[in-house]
Amino acid sequence: MTISLNVNDKIVQLEVDPDTPLLYVLRNDLELNGPKFGCGVAQCGACTVLVDGRPQRSCVMPVAAVAGRSIVTLEGLGSREHPHPLQTAFIKEQAMQCGYCSNGMMMTAAALLAKNKRPTEDDIRTALRGNLCRCGAHGRIVRAVSEAARNGHDGDTS
Amino acid sequence: MTTRRRFLQGAGAIVLYFNAPPSVRAQQATETDLPGSLAANPGLGTWLRIDADGTVTLSPGKCELGQGIQTALAQIAAEELDVSFERVTVATVDTAVSPNEAYTNGSRSVEVSGAAVRAAAAEVRAILIDLAADELGVGSTKIGVRNGIFTVAGKPSTLDFGAVVKNLNLARNATGTVSPKPRDRYQIVGHSLQRIDIPRKAYAEAAYIQDIRLDGMLHARVVRTGDCEAKLLPPANFDAVSELPGVVKIVRNGSFLAVITEREEQAVNAAKAMARLCRWQGAELPLQEGRISAWLKKAPADVKVVAERGAIGAGNILRTVSQEYSRPFQAHASMSPSMAIAREAEGQLTVWSHTQGVFMLRGAIARLVGLDEDSVRLINAEAAGCYGHNGADDAAADAALIAMQMPGKPIRLQWSRADEFLGEPYGSAMTTRISAGLDDAGRIVDWQFDVWSGTHSIRPAGAKRAAHLFAARQIAVPLPLAPVGNIPQPRGGGDRNAVPLYAFANQRITKHLIRDMPLRVSAMRALGAYTNVFAIESFMDELARAQGEDPFDFRIRYLHDQRAIGVLGRLREQMAAAGFDSVQAPGGVGIAMAQYKNSGAYCAVAMRVKVDAASGDIKLEHALCAVDIGLVVNPDGAINQVEGGIIQSASWTVREQLRLTASGVRSTDWASYPILTFPEVPKVEVVLIDQPNEPSLGAGEASQGPTAAAIANAVANATGVRVRDLPLTPARVKSA
Ligand code: FES
Ligand code: FES
Repeated sequence: MTISLNVNDKIVQLEVDPDTPLLYVLRNDLELNGPKFGCGVAQCGACTVLVDGRPQRSCVMPVAAVAGRSIVTLEGLGSREHPHPLQTAFIKEQAMQCGYCSNGMMMTAAALLAKNKRPTEDDIRTALRGNLCRCGAHGRIVRAVSEAARNGHDGDTS
Repeated sequence: MTTRRRFLQGAGAIVLYFNAPPSVRAQQATETDLPGSLAANPGLGTWLRIDADGTVTLSPGKCELGQGIQTALAQIAAEELDVSFERVTVATVDTAVSPNEAYTNGSRSVEVSGAAVRAAAAEVRAILIDLAADELGVGSTKIGVRNGIFTVAGKPSTLDFGAVVKNLNLARNATGTVSPKPRDRYQIVGHSLQRIDIPRKAYAEAAYIQDIRLDGMLHARVVRTGDCEAKLLPPANFDAVSELPGVVKIVRNGSFLAVITEREEQAVNAAKAMARLCRWQGAELPLQEGRISAWLKKAPADVKVVAERGAIGAGNILRTVSQEYSRPFQAHASMSPSMAIAREAEGQLTVWSHTQGVFMLRGAIARLVGLDEDSVRLINAEAAGCYGHNGADDAAADAALIAMQMPGKPIRLQWSRADEFLGEPYGSAMTTRISAGLDDAGRIVDWQFDVWSGTHSIRPAGAKRAAHLFAARQIAVPLPLAPVGNIPQPRGGGDRNAVPLYAFANQRITKHLIRDMPLRVSAMRALGAYTNVFAIESFMDELARAQGEDPFDFRIRYLHDQRAIGVLGRLREQMAAAGFDSVQAPGGVGIAMAQYKNSGAYCAVAMRVKVDAASGDIKLEHALCAVDIGLVVNPDGAINQVEGGIIQSASWTVREQLRLTASGVRSTDWASYPILTFPEVPKVEVVLIDQPNEPSLGAGEASQGPTAAAIANAVANATGVRVRDLPLTPARVKSA
């Protein structure tokens, strides 16, 4: 079945089983590196992408369910040339060890900052409670999100 | 597919040799002992390459595991060569080109690899200076280097590194005769430079093994239980699975079972369908949750006194105090389930793996698939942090077995989350007993420590240890069992840090190594040190409090090592500055300290907790830590490692235990193996004690033991309840 997706503002047509988890389409068909496979059962947050601005777990999201909706991955958030304040802050604060969880942290935080421009530390911890980090980079991640918020992030993630 | 090309270049970077005749003066002095890993890998060209554009490529044998080793080594190389840090790139470890530095483990990379890089780079700099001297017609003693540009009598010349590389021949062995830079002239080492791997991760560029996509790559999943000895019972007929979309091949070899498909989701679906058709015969687990310590103490064991001083019972003992402390089986639980890519082509097998030791794994995989070691190439690529021997090597072996059945096709084998929880080798359950004999003044004159543990080392280290691979026991002709490892003192495995740092007049440390464990167990971050330090530091606290003594002073009385006393002193200052209650006041503060392996980093931790009396739930509020790792290469990188170690250990300590049933492990996901989450982790503050004249020590495994004991001590201080079995669950806190 042909499915049309809007990923990072590009429209792509794919011939794929409609039940295919979005994560595999993003990683394997579109060769995007941002969303990560961590559990495949919606428990860790590594695969998080924004769907119409809301953080969603792409590992359990059938691709047909997001046809035509706006999907943003970490690549769409920003790049070396045009970094998103969260990316800048994660680098400045060295907010990772292995960095495998960072995609989910940044995508979830991007959605938080879009609705709460000056989150408290508690707000950030609460927003990220479903995102696991095994390396223990939590403190730095919270600092990086606060830093991104301070840097006048306008919250526009569309 | 630029991602792939970039990756392959990085992965396969060949160190080039330049053929022009060397115009380098022979080194005068005689050969000396080469430092660190340079001794086994003396070829300078193995470590460093300099290109005509003046860039430096460093090719170490240690793997990046998210610990920042590439950055630290690049700093050392840049420092010695006098080039800017930005000009140094670090190649991936690859058996085809890299020096053999065995495993990246035990927090020793900066020590052994750093020492080699330092010496090699210093020597290459001297060779470059000789080349510049010839080119400029000046004596080499007049020549210096600044930012990769040669200076003559302190003034920049027109020559840079790139200009002389045409005459550079690094196909020669290091001599060890060039002194490295004096430490007081360091400009790069000792600074918190940003890690080189972080931008590519933050920008979602190709950074991980998961980001390697080879042309024509097929996907594979294994179908198994967590028991590598379980036999797949007939009749297992998978004809119906072969009909499923995308299924290319079902691979079966004894009880090793896998499926190859065109797309990844097809492999997931086919593996699920196959699992429903399988019946397995395996042994029941002989131990039960909650009864593990009793089982360990009864199990057949090799018993050995690993350290002894004085004569037990010789002191003037008024009374004896004994306690037991334990930990359950725990999981590495990396965020990325293990995977690997393998391709067989014309008798050559290439495997991409997030292993900690490409050379060791090469030998094991060659043996498993029946190839010569020379016909197998292992290329390292990063995955999520592994924290020791997780499923990485097993997944690489799985991929290799599958690829051998599908010549010419790259096979990407991905473990599911459940495969990882069930298939990884765990951190061994352990139990310890301490008996202290006290004299009439309450002083410890006698100290007996017994530790019961499975092995902490079943790494598939080369052909002889290939049977430690999960699949090696499943194939039709299983490889004969290999003996499990016993890491002797002073490093120790289960007995790591079992010898106290404290000076007791009479002491005896006994290790009970249980070779035949009912679950596969191997190296997990800090090995036995986590449990042994938890035990020793809990017990010391119990003794101090029972005598109404300050836990700092009580410890210091038995310490002779000034650096150990130093971290305690620094921690006391941190506590005062952070407004912590005195550790003696009833409140919720606990402290603990250790020197990792009794030869590595010194680390003291204070934890402040609040305990909910009704539920027994422990709220970890704030951790402080003072650490001494000698010469610090990258302070922020080291602090990052220690912070992470504290949080991970806190999670082990209050949450983590592998759940068991008679039929095996039932922890298969994050719901059945929960770890600490954002609202639950403590605030963490780490200070480094500057020791520029001491050798560098690893930071990654120093904090786990002290953190565990600091938490238990804080809980005891807050509630009067002493929990001696990990994890400190609410039920234990309430019922103890
Ligand atoms: S991979 Fe999707 S939540 Fe873990
Ligand atoms: S940085 Fe490794 S899992 Fe978060």
